[in-house]
Parts: sequence; C-alpha cells; structure tokens
Amino acid sequence: MDVIVQARGLCKHYGNVIAVQDVSFEIRRGEIFSLLGPNGAGKTTTISILSTLYTPTRGDALIAGHSITRDPTAVRQIIGVVPQEIALYDDLTARENLIFWGRMYGLSGRALQRRVDEVLAQIGLTERANQRLKTYSGGMKRRVNIGAGLIHKPQVLFLDEPTVGIDPQSRRAILDSVKELNRQGMTVLYTTHYMEEAQELSHRVGIIDHGELIALGTQAELTRQVGEQETLILHIGENEDAETVANMFRVVPGVLQASAVDHRIALTTRQAEDILAPVVARANEHGVRIHSIDIREPNLEAVFLHLTGRAIRD
Amino acid sequence: MKKLMWIGLKDIQLMLRDRTALIFMLLAPFLLTIGLGLVTGQLGGGNFGGLEAIPIAIVNQDQGKLGGALVEMVQSPELAELVNTSLVAEAGAARDQVDANQIAAAIIVPPGFSDSIIPRDGRPVPAQVVRIEVYKNPARPVSAGIVQALVEGFISRVETGRVTGEVIVRQALAAGLITPQDMPAFAAALSERLTATATDQPLMRLRTGTTEGSAPEQNTPSDFNPMAYMAPGMALLFLMFTVSNGGRSLLAEQAHGTLHRVLVSPTTGTQVLVGKLIGTYLTGTLQMLILIAASSLLFNLRWGDPLGVLVLILACVFGALGWGMLITVLARTAGQVAIAGSAVMLIFGILGGSFIQLNLLPTWFQWLSKLTPNAWGLDGFTILGLGGRWSDLGQPVLGLLTMGVVLGALSIALFNRRRLWQR
Ligand SMILES: Nc1ncnc2c1ncn2[C@@H]1O[C@H](COP(=O)(O)OP(=O)(O)OP(=O)(O)O)[C@@H](O)[C@H]1O
Ligand SMILES: [Mg+2]
Repeated sequence: MDVIVQARGLCKHYGNVIAVQDVSFEIRRGEIFSLLGPNGAGKTTTISILSTLYTPTRGDALIAGHSITRDPTAVRQIIGVVPQEIALYDDLTARENLIFWGRMYGLSGRALQRRVDEVLAQIGLTERANQRLKTYSGGMKRRVNIGAGLIHKPQVLFLDEPTVGIDPQSRRAILDSVKELNRQGMTVLYTTHYMEEAQELSHRVGIIDHGELIALGTQAELTRQVGEQETLILHIGENEDAETVANMFRVVPGVLQASAVDHRIALTTRQAEDILAPVVARANEHGVRIHSIDIREPNLEAVFLHLTGRAIRD
Repeated sequence: MKKLMWIGLKDIQLMLRDRTALIFMLLAPFLLTIGLGLVTGQLGGGNFGGLEAIPIAIVNQDQGKLGGALVEMVQSPELAELVNTSLVAEAGAARDQVDANQIAAAIIVPPGFSDSIIPRDGRPVPAQVVRIEVYKNPARPVSAGIVQALVEGFISRVETGRVTGEVIVRQALAAGLITPQDMPAFAAALSERLTATATDQPLMRLRTGTTEGSAPEQNTPSDFNPMAYMAPGMALLFLMFTVSNGGRSLLAEQAHGTLHRVLVSPTTGTQVLVGKLIGTYLTGTLQMLILIAASSLLFNLRWGDPLGVLVLILACVFGALGWGMLITVLARTAGQVAIAGSAVMLIFGILGGSFIQLNLLPTWFQWLSKLTPNAWGLDGFTILGLGGRWSDLGQPVLGLLTMGVVLGALSIALFNRRRLWQR
C-alpha cells in the first residue's frame, strides 16, 4: 500500500526533558491513523515535528517522499495542520480568517473565494461566516480551526486533539466531518487521549506514552495483545479514595491489574463472571459502596492498561 | 511579495478593529493636545510654554542700506519677544558666542551685501549675490531654525524686489522710458523702495502666546492657537505607541499560536516579520496623516509644505519603527512590550520635547533628546511650520533615517541570536 507519512526514529529533547523518544510509524494513503496517549505523552511534539515547526533532535520523516528536515517547504504545501489550541484571529470573521489562511498558502482571487465558500459549507458555518470569531462558541471556533487547515486541500491532515473542551454535540459534528473527509480520500493523522474517539475513527492506532510509541496496529491487532482479558469497571462513591480501593481489589484472586481514575476502578481479568462475586464481597467487607459495574470486552483502554499498568484519563 | 502585503494588511485590519488601540492612536493625542493646550495657554499667561526670547547676535559689515534694514528688523519691537539681539562688531566674536552656547545663532552680513543687490552709481550688479551667513548653534536647532527662517524670509523679499526691479529697469530701457544717463537716479529710487519693502512688514510677529511652531503667515493675534506646538508633539508621542503595539502584536501572535500556524504554511519567518513591519509602518503613517489632517480641520493649524509634511512623516515613522523593533526584540512577552512601550513612549515624550520645550533645558539634555524620534520630528515640524520646504528637512530626515537603520540592524542582529520561535 502507498505510504504517505513515514516517521523514522523521531526524537525531541528539551535539555533533560525527553518529549519524544525514537518514534517510528507509517501512515498509508487514505487511512485515519490515531496517536492515542495521555496528557504529556508527546502527541503535540510529534505533530509539530511532522509539520516542520520543530526540528527533531534526531530522526527524520518523509511526507509524500519529501524530508521534513531537508525539504520543509515542499512538506508544508502537502500537509494541513489543525493545532491543539485554536490559532485564529478573534477580531476577524470566519470568512476573513479563512481568506487570510488561504493567502498564506498562495491562493488568491476567484479560486480563493470559491474555496472559502466550500470550506464554510463543509464546517457548517455559511450562515455565521460574516460574524467576528469572538462572538462564536468554543465548538464553532474549533470548526473554523479545522476549516483553516483544509483551505488549501492538503493531502494529509494533522488534527491535534480537535475535540478538547467542547460540548458533545460539537464533538459529534467534528468526528462526523473527519469521517466524511476521510471518505472523500483525505489521509488523517489524529491525536487524542479519548480512547473511544480512536476506536471509532481509526484504521490503525499508535499508543504513545512518556514520549515512546508502545504499541502500533489495527484495533484487532492491539486487543489481541491483551489476549482474552476483560475489563471490569466499578463506579464508586465520590468520597472514597479510589487508589486505596484499587489496592484493596488487587489481592482478590483472578484480578490481574487494578487501576483508579477519578471514581472508577478498572480491573482486568480472564473471566469477568468469576471475580464478580469476590469483588462485591470484598467491597462489602470494607464498607465501600459500588454504584454500578460494567463489563467490557477487550478494547484500547484495556490495551493501555495492560501495557502501562495505568488507565488513560478520560 | 504579495504575502507580505497580506500579512501587513491583516495587521492593519486588526488594529482598526481594536478599540483600545484606536483610542490610543487617534483620540488620546487629540484630547491631550486640547487639554495641554488649554492648560499651558492659561498658565503661561500669554508667554506660551515659558518661551523666552532667543538670544542672537548680528554683525553688520555691510555699508549699504540692506544690512541696516536687516539690523533694524531683528531689533524691531515686533520681534522683541521672539529674539533678543545684540549688535556685535566682529564676526569672530559672534561665532565664539555661539560656540560657547551663549546664543542660539549669529547673523553675519558680509561687506558688499547691498552692493551685490542694488545697483549703485550705474555700476552693474555682480552676477553672484553676496550671502548672509547664519552661524547656528547645533545644540539649539529649533531656535537656530527660527533665526534662519527670519533671515531667509528677509532675503527672499529682497530677491523678489531685486528681480522685479531689474525687470522694470530693463523694460524701461527697452521701451525708451529711461536713458542710460538716467540710471543712477533711477537706481537710487529703486533702492529706496527695495529697502522699504524688505522691512515693510515684520516677517514674524510674536503676538501674545505665539509659539515657535505657529506659522508666520498667521495674520491676526486672535488666530493664535497653543495647539500648534502641542499637536505635532502629541502626534509623535503616540506614534511611539503605534510602533510598540506592532511589536506587541508579533509576540501576541506567538503566544496565541497564529505565528506557529503561519510558519507551518509555505510562509517563512522573514516574510512574517517583514509583513508585520510593513503593516506597522503603514499604520503609523496613517495615524500621523489622520492626526495632521484632523488638526488642520478642527484647530485650523497650518503644518506647512504638504510634500515636506509627507516626507517628514515617512521619516518619523521609520525612525520610531527602529525603536519599536528594539523593544520587541528585548522583550519576552506581549505584556512586556506593552509596558516597555508605554514607558519608552513617556520618556521619549519628555526627552523629545513633546511636553517641555527643549531649548529651555541644559545642553546635555538636548543632545540626549537626539536619541528620540520625537526631537527630530519636532525639529522638522518646526522648520515646516516656519515656512520651510521639504528640501530644508535634510537634518531631521537624515537623523531619523539613521536612527531607523541603526536600531533596525541592531534588532535584527539580536533577533538572530535569540529566536522568537523555538525550533
Ligand atoms: N518547549 C518545551 N520545553 C520543555 N519541555 C517541553 C516543551 N514542549 C513540550 N515539553 C514536554 O514534552 C512532553 C510532551 O509534551 P506534548 O505537548 O507533546 O504532550 P501531548 O501529548 O501533546 O500532551 P497534551 O495531551 O497535554 O496536549 C511533556 O512532558 C512536556 O512537558
Ligand atoms: Mg498536545
């Protein structure tokens, strides 16, 4: 298959801080590739290197055959970048923003106007196009932020956590438009710390933690690593200390791993039914109230848990 | 190339939508001009801004009538509040007084000045007019400029008279109205008239409250406007705001992520910087033009030769931009630029004579003021206000251009050492 992005041994060090360490992966033309990882994992740093903003401390990447270090100008024309933080001019309207970014890619005249109209329709903001961005909601700004990355019809789109901090409706709209773009042939590199997003969108996933790529493959390939494990999610009361409760369950026979995020405890096991009764009994023993219990088939969260012993925060 | 313009235009567009910036750029200078104008006009009790008569010396080595006429003019009661003239016999002594910073300028009328203009005893006048020398004190450019303007005004009247006189004589000869024998008598009559015209009206009247900056052609005392000195000073003061605001916007774009976004498009960092410089330059120019046009209309101020005003504005913004660049390169955040910018704006305002007239201050202070675009700009506007042309702006324009080039080069050198965006 045709490979469009090829990252080879990317490293980025800031003094003693290792932001990215020896990251290699390939993205095939036409696929959605997700980088899944918790806060500070190195997702933004990886995208910034690939988009020629930072030079890697070591390593290189080829995008459509052009080296990001030796031929950044060619790379910039091929890629579209949607930064994690909204990078737009609040005092300009959505249309003016898109026109400006179009001009930075060398578009002009009629072609530019037509393209701006197309993008506005695509992000569903044709009606509000002539209002200043500062009157927009967070979700609408996110959409314009994506639109600005699409203006020059890039071959590959880099989306860095495009759904952070917005309402479920806008999030849905963004996920749907990413799928739609991909259906029309766009290759997408998508970073997120929401495992459901990675699960819903991607053909292949790279899991990144502490700057290192710890797993790579299709979702089926990744979950196979976990084997036949299942995950038990226990929702506990707000006044319980989740860490203590998690430690408490570690000793229950059949529990392979136990971890805590907020007020949820994730337990991995071979057979969920077998540990259900002892877990509930142990909770009763210690006076811990369990609000509800979910049993999950192997998923990316289980993979992350399996590989790191921690749960991804979401 | 086009991209540079788009980046600059985007900045102008943003500036025009930023109400705070607009208030600082356009409204504040106006209000301060009016406010300070009123305050100084009242407190000064008619002696605007504590303006003192400029000490000058005149050396008259001319035996003819014109030299005497000039002496008479500079000593006339009408000019008594503007210049304080002492008559000195020796040119060397007068120059020494200037060098010792005792006086602002020495006017030296060389021997044969009148003879080079008025035909005497039928002798034809030499082709070359003997020049009056104005020996200026570089530490008091504004005062010296006024003296220069006085002398030039006098000469231009004499010149007009001489040329029309010659034409009349030639025509009269050609028409047979006079014979060559009549010439001496005719010339004598002509010389009388010439001397009379030259001293006819004082070139510059100092009325109650008249300032250095007020245009000489103002006719009645009621015309006088204390804003005439304040308006250019305030325009230059807030020009410093505009240039530092340009630098602020660069750092704000860095913090806001739009700078990074431009840099991942096929646009280079140099293009961004040059584009933003163009934008800031045009904004500053626009600001000055608007302030000048508006004050001409509202306060009825005359700024002088329009071409000169334009040349001076372009030079002022260039010089100020140099400082804007330096402030931006030295600061780390947009907030720091804003704070440093306001501080520099005020210091330059004081140092550069936007509030206090420089010739009242010690010499070292006047030299220090040359570091500010405000001082050079005010010199220039004073020259224009006194009737100077764009070609008389050599010194201030050169000063401002040098300032812009030196500070710009320094900023670029510093900038290359400390990159604004990390890589
Ligand atoms: N300029 C820098 N100087 C020093 N350390 C940095 C710098 N930029 C990033 N880092 C560090 O590198 C690591 C990776 O950061 P990065 O922003 O790539 O993470 P991320 O996966 O995008 O996280 P998030 O989900 O919070 O956006 C972090 O530990 C961060 O503190
Ligand atoms: Mg990030």
